[in-house]
Amino acid sequence: MARTNRPVSRRQAWWLLATALAASLPLAPQVPLWLSLAAGAVFSWRAALTWRQWHLPPRWLLVLLVIAGTVGVFLQYRTTMGRTPGIALLVVFLSLKLLELRAARDAVATALLCYFLVLGQFLFTQTIPTALLACLTVLITTATLLAASDDRPQPLLQLRRAGLMLAQALPFMLLLFLLFPRVQGPLWGIPQDRISAVSGLSDTMSPGSIALLSQSDAIAFRVQFKGTVPPQSELYWRGPVMPSFDGRSWRVRQTLGAYTEVPYSGIGAAVDYEVTLEPHGKFWLFALELPATLPADSALTSDYQPIARQAVRNRMRYAQRAWPEAIAGINEASSILREALALPRDGNPRMRAIAAGWRAQHGDDGAAILATAETFFGQQLLIYTLNPPLLGADIVDEFLFDTKRGFCEHFAAAFVFALRAAGVPARVVAGYQGGEVNPVDGYLVVRQYDAHAWAEAWIAGRGWVRIDPTAISAPSRINSNLASAVPTEEGLPFLARSDLAWLREVRYRLDAVTNGWNQWVLGYNPQRQRDLLAGLGMNEPDWRSMTAVLSVLCGGVMLGLTVWILRNRLRVDPALAAWRRFTARLARRGIVWQPWEGPLAFAERAAGQAPRHAKSIVEIATLYARMRYGPAPQAGDLLQLKQKIAAFHP
Amino acid sequence: MLASLRRRLHEIFVRWALRVRPPEPAPIVLTQRRVYVLPTRAGLAYGAALGVMLLGAMNYNLSLGYALVFLLAGLGIVAILHTFRNLVLLSIRPGRCEPVFAGSVAQFGLLLESQRPDARTSLRLFFDEAVPIEVDIGPHACTATTLGVHAAKRGWLPMPRFTIETTWPLGLIRAWSYAVPELNCLVYPTPAAKAPPLPWSSDSARGSARDGRGADDFSGLRKHQVADAPRHVAWKAVARQQDGPLLTKLFSGAAAQQLWLDWAALPDTIDTEQRLSILARWILDADAAGLAWGLRLPAVRLAPDNGPAQRSAGLHALALYSHGAH
Repeated sequence: MARTNRPVSRRQAWWLLATALAASLPLAPQVPLWLSLAAGAVFSWRAALTWRQWHLPPRWLLVLLVIAGTVGVFLQYRTTMGRTPGIALLVVFLSLKLLELRAARDAVATALLCYFLVLGQFLFTQTIPTALLACLTVLITTATLLAASDDRPQPLLQLRRAGLMLAQALPFMLLLFLLFPRVQGPLWGIPQDRISAVSGLSDTMSPGSIALLSQSDAIAFRVQFKGTVPPQSELYWRGPVMPSFDGRSWRVRQTLGAYTEVPYSGIGAAVDYEVTLEPHGKFWLFALELPATLPADSALTSDYQPIARQAVRNRMRYAQRAWPEAIAGINEASSILREALALPRDGNPRMRAIAAGWRAQHGDDGAAILATAETFFGQQLLIYTLNPPLLGADIVDEFLFDTKRGFCEHFAAAFVFALRAAGVPARVVAGYQGGEVNPVDGYLVVRQYDAHAWAEAWIAGRGWVRIDPTAISAPSRINSNLASAVPTEEGLPFLARSDLAWLREVRYRLDAVTNGWNQWVLGYNPQRQRDLLAGLGMNEPDWRSMTAVLSVLCGGVMLGLTVWILRNRLRVDPALAAWRRFTARLARRGIVWQPWEGPLAFAERAAGQAPRHAKSIVEIATLYARMRYGPAPQAGDLLQLKQKIAAFHP
Repeated sequence: MLASLRRRLHEIFVRWALRVRPPEPAPIVLTQRRVYVLPTRAGLAYGAALGVMLLGAMNYNLSLGYALVFLLAGLGIVAILHTFRNLVLLSIRPGRCEPVFAGSVAQFGLLLESQRPDARTSLRLFFDEAVPIEVDIGPHACTATTLGVHAAKRGWLPMPRFTIETTWPLGLIRAWSYAVPELNCLVYPTPAAKAPPLPWSSDSARGSARDGRGADDFSGLRKHQVADAPRHVAWKAVARQQDGPLLTKLFSGAAAQQLWLDWAALPDTIDTEQRLSILARWILDADAAGLAWGLRLPAVRLAPDNGPAQRSAGLHALALYSHGAH
């Protein structure tokens, strides 16, 4: 093999600079500012070197710079492993590699680094704009690879050729994407840093924690119902259940006794739906109350909360069934009931006193106490607001009797406190309430501002009963949405407002596109792959059959392209083909055309040997000779030649 | 040891790969059966990088990462096809090859003909271990190129096997083929750097004639040609024979000399190759001086003459001289 390691030309240097810029610019928000500035400085340096045709910096300087960059990244993150430090290191290497472009080999290495950085972008975001940007970077990088092996063509031609080759690669990409046996990651360890700060419910609830979420219009999950969408007021998406209270915060139970099947049975109609859950970094899954089935790899806690085996770090999709009218926990364990009655020893004396009165009046009749409590909350004329005043030590008393303004967590906390104080087991349930149906694709979208908290009380003979104290004071929050329940002057997230119809329309469409992207591109996982292949008629698709089908299809595409490549050999000039038919006919009469004979000379000889056909022989030969050797051939010539030869029967 | 094993394996592969017993009849068409395709080092690095990227995409469950890796894998496959297409069905014909002296570089001419409607770019041709020559061939075009090889020995030098390869367009894949066109280069013996003076034969009457004085010496008559100077017309001879053709007097110096470059004239102590070298030097010197000369070899006799044809004939005889002819 002849190894030509040519030096990098000026034009190639420009190409590499453009590629490096295209690959590292989208990462600028992810790497520290000093690194962005340093990389920018190195790029400018490289541009100056290329422009002025100066010499490359000496190797010892590059080694020093690499060490400095690595140390800088280490000092920044205290590690060089993981996502962000890794990407930062790649940016260091890429920018310094630009100063070391000595041979074609360095150019290839730089291009490969750029491909890596494109993958690096996907660690942070995989939205449609990111994908489009990545397409552009890949195009430029591929054009750079082209330029590395032949730098003569103009930049636009290089880009065009790169585009053409990438377009030809698309069928392979599609086949591989659909059929390459997928593995559910992670392969090693758990990429802890995959999800950094995502908003969502946490495992504790204190005054103001859910009101904070109401400022976010990030999507929590999307739901596709199999039948009609249940009414808004029934869409209670059960999340973390919080039975323990320390006087200020509510917490989920630390030890999770879990069921693998639901411990209750349903009555009434079931609701079937599929949830596409955005990653939130916690274990719980959201389900319409009460869940009738459990998604794969999940279990149910003793307070009926579905829990995944691993924290939800990737967007996940699960099918679910709900029994809206299930009766659960009639024979509840005494330990759970004891826990649902526990209260701190002191605090909130006013509420405790009132609850003691209910207890004295109704005794053990939980249903009666519950009704009394609901009436009591209605009479307090509480105001539902996004901006509740700060509360002191006795949060329940101050909310109910002094400030009277609160968000759902105030309502739920106060209500559960009141029930417990009156001797009725109760607990706080956090989750989401409602959602918005996107008319474009029919998905119900639940956003962070739909976060909600409500109460659950245990009544002898009826089991656990849901009561939403917010609904008592602000029924429109439950029946319609947040925007209708809070005063208009309060700051709502832009998307939560219901005016601006055209904006909503735009948002619906954008959201439907994003959802399609999430469902079919980003959410194409082993499960979806199996479903798709089963839908296409593959029984029990496993990696063997997938690989087989993949190989056959890729082989087919390759074969097709190869035939296309060799097609020129198969295609004979049509005039020559007609002429060959003509000479073959004469050959049957014993007049054989010799390859060295010109058409006119042959015609003269043939006409002499077959005088009866002399006229047509000479005509055909003259026409053919004119097409072959004459000036610009005329339009009808070929057709005429074909017709004459077809009519020629010596 | 390892290198020699590698070389031998390579030789076995090439012999198998050529499929035709060399030299091959023209035109040599590089059919798909004799064009080989393998990744280059850059291609292997590309593949390894894709592997690492695939692992990353799996570990972090990056759907777009999968898409990127698969797109680049597709690009690799497409590169195979483009590279293959750049070389396949190229037709090679032997071209001209001028004789050279041993010790210099024999230039083998080749005609590369492409019947494709688009250009072939960056084809590299080279003999083993030699510096490649890079050519492009336009659409439906024919390009002439020459490949040089060091000519060590006099005689016929057959064109050695050469490799034609391309890594265009991405440099990730290398397509190559071997060819041995039927083309021979005549290699003359190296002219001796130091040679005895031209051997004027002892029977020659005027040994000093070659210094140019002889230009006035009458040597004969020939039919007058328009370009001949009027003062050289042999008027006396014309007058002697009535109605005869106009005759021109010929004058010449060295042409009249009998210069025989004789194998046997050299001392016996000089070996065959040395003799041939000296004879080659004599031929060159005599030719440069415009002398007419004859050549005597043990089995060959070349009548005295001058000019390029005589020079070629003489050197040709020297190049192909063999003991068997003794």
